[in-house]
Amino acid sequence: MESFRAEAEKLVTSRALGYDQKLRRLAAQAVSALPYPSLSPLCAEALDARVICDMFEGNRPFTPRYVLPDYAKALRNGVAYLELEPPTTLDDALSFLTILYSQVPSVTTYPVYLGDLDALLEPFVPADLPDAELDAKLRRFWIQLDRMLPDAFVHADVGPSDSRMVRAIWRVERSLRQVVPNLTMKVSPDTPDDLIEDAVRTVFETGKPHFVNHPMMLADHGEEYAVVSCYNSLKVRGGAHSLVRLNLKRAVDRHAGGLDAFCEEALPHWVELTAELGEARIRSLVEDQGFFESHFLATEGLIDLDRFSLMFGIFGLAECVNELMAREGLNARYGHDDAANAASWRITHRIAELVAARPLPYCGGGGGFAYLHSQSGIDLDLDATAGTRIPIGDEPGLREHIAACAPHHELFAAGISDIFAVDETVTANPQAMVDVIRGALAVGMRDFTFNVDSNEFIRITGYLVRKSDLVGIEEHGARHSSDYLAATAEINHTVTTRAIKRVIAAELSPHVG
Amino acid sequence: MAEARPGRVVPAGTTGLVNNTIEFSAVDGPGNRFVVFTQGCNLDCVACHNPYTINPCIDCGDCVATCPSGALSLDRAGKVLWDASTCTGTEVCIDVCEYDSTPKARTLAVADLLGQLRPAVPFLSGITVSGGEATQQPAFVRSLFAAVKAEFGRLTCFVDTNGDVEAATWNLLHDVMDAAMVDLKCLDDDIHRRITGGSNARVLESIRLLAARGKLHEVRLLLLDGVNDADDLLAATGQWLASIDPRMRVKVIGFRNHGVRPSPVPLREPTAGQRAHYADVLRTQGDFDLVVV
Repeated sequence: MESFRAEAEKLVTSRALGYDQKLRRLAAQAVSALPYPSLSPLCAEALDARVICDMFEGNRPFTPRYVLPDYAKALRNGVAYLELEPPTTLDDALSFLTILYSQVPSVTTYPVYLGDLDALLEPFVPADLPDAELDAKLRRFWIQLDRMLPDAFVHADVGPSDSRMVRAIWRVERSLRQVVPNLTMKVSPDTPDDLIEDAVRTVFETGKPHFVNHPMMLADHGEEYAVVSCYNSLKVRGGAHSLVRLNLKRAVDRHAGGLDAFCEEALPHWVELTAELGEARIRSLVEDQGFFESHFLATEGLIDLDRFSLMFGIFGLAECVNELMAREGLNARYGHDDAANAASWRITHRIAELVAARPLPYCGGGGGFAYLHSQSGIDLDLDATAGTRIPIGDEPGLREHIAACAPHHELFAAGISDIFAVDETVTANPQAMVDVIRGALAVGMRDFTFNVDSNEFIRITGYLVRKSDLVGIEEHGARHSSDYLAATAEINHTVTTRAIKRVIAAELSPHVG
Repeated sequence: MAEARPGRVVPAGTTGLVNNTIEFSAVDGPGNRFVVFTQGCNLDCVACHNPYTINPCIDCGDCVATCPSGALSLDRAGKVLWDASTCTGTEVCIDVCEYDSTPKARTLAVADLLGQLRPAVPFLSGITVSGGEATQQPAFVRSLFAAVKAEFGRLTCFVDTNGDVEAATWNLLHDVMDAAMVDLKCLDDDIHRRITGGSNARVLESIRLLAARGKLHEVRLLLLDGVNDADDLLAATGQWLASIDPRMRVKVIGFRNHGVRPSPVPLREPTAGQRAHYADVLRTQGDFDLVVV
């Protein structure tokens, strides 16, 4: 209680945080003052030692971590709770969605999914509406999103098909250069090259979108899926109850022996404890807090408990592999040597096998099991590389980098990311980037994200900040809540001084991601 | 194809003298490309950015003792040998070479290059042979392109050339080469001789011939401040290019000092303002697809 009071005191007296930011942080403190769901002593010890982690979601979850409402259904049927009739014009549709977003919960307190906006809005675009007027309407909407939902985890999806709406989105993105919304483009072999090139030009300006492998996603989630927050691929009308994660570096530190022993003895132990943590949090959310019994999204059928699951995250694979190689007496490094890469693939395949054999309650979205997720880090991770990534500054050439990472991607239905920093010369030849994206997806990457070296926008884990917004943040605060996380990541990881080939990761201190 | 046996004569053109390869390049033609840099060039340009590719190694051995990692040696026949696995890339050998060469160029078989190319193919629009001067080894380029076309029909095959070559070479490459990118160092033959050591007659003929055959991807103008960038000269160049194709893709490249040898001709980099001015002058002569770098 003493520390709760001290934290609350610090928040209410802060001169840097805005009113709204104080409110949200105070709420997080209150939830963390409640008792934690009951855990076995082994699980509690692992959590305490941060071998396993709950992403600081709070002791008593009263919303799922990520919620993906069925916006198409809402637009079709209206929303009774909000007294909203189905819209018939583009203006009404934009207004309808803006209102609905204000009521969509998530661990960040902001909606992490805004919908597949091209598909949702295209039917409302009259054939005779000139591009200039379409852009003006969309621009107004885009500014509203950035100012009312000031968090880089607010995410929209587009593609894989061409449409007037997706073209307008790229134009407006390039002209506004905002942090919000984060964007993912779904790419299939049928997606036209020039649409991907239009998106690539948008990355040159704004660092967005991410490119994802549509056929791979369809195989895992079916037609109705989306990428939300950053790199989290989940079912629409569903979502993720929680994200628990296993720190593979700490797991290997607490275990003697080489690769075989790690896979056969250590991993089953830690995977079980991680799953136990996830199960306790799911039961707390669903059974004790009863989210799905009372929230209008559930009662009006805009979300469906059967389409939710748990995200089972891992990180620190690079340190884990390199340590095991050293114990085996091999001079091999993840990302650079065949033996190390093969070990990394063996470890992730073993984890996938263990997770697929551990049933969990209320996880119908994953067929009764958790989804695997390569967790891209939080700002407090100092000793372990994000997810399955190769450590910053140690990345090999682009193709070797992709070759080392791609074999992991198909295992991680709920998302995986490797960020590639490319040289500025590519801006004169965007087709070269289209080629690389096509190739990356063709050889089995689930997600492809790149940054142009020298861009004003930098990616922290998957979310964006403007470098200029990080200057002086401790004194005068920032409008986007995600900027605070980035500032810590910048201090802890020196993300803006990294080698020419990429970016780092770090999500959040108390509660987000 | 029959398996190569020891002592068997290698068919003409199935090997080439190669300086280096790059797996991914965004600056050697359209899209992402695999690039082969050949060793050996028939011109001797003052503005050459990689003069160590101009001549084949003559095995003088001057570089051998200077190598800090011991990667160079002389074999019993007196040939310079380079051990890639111990080379640390200091480039001391290139610095001490007085013959504009390198001990690191290797004779590679088309099959070797295809082996290097294969894992990169999903990420590529095509392959480009640059130099050195690609057209100095026409049979090798033809074999390489034919092999690429046979195995990866989707990939385009480009040549990056100084254009100083007979029509017979373009005839030889015609059915396997998609297009060429040709440097035009100067329309004025006197200046051309001064900055390249040779006449531009064949260069101009190559541009005409390739454009007529639909095989000209772009013409590059490498412009040096005060040497080949006079307004009237550029206007004449634009007029000549427009007479061939008024919508030609023309790349204006401002000279940069990187890698260039000491020169009797004063070499200065044009400013960004000058480069933009070059484009303005050219634009008065045609509706070119202009790129300025």
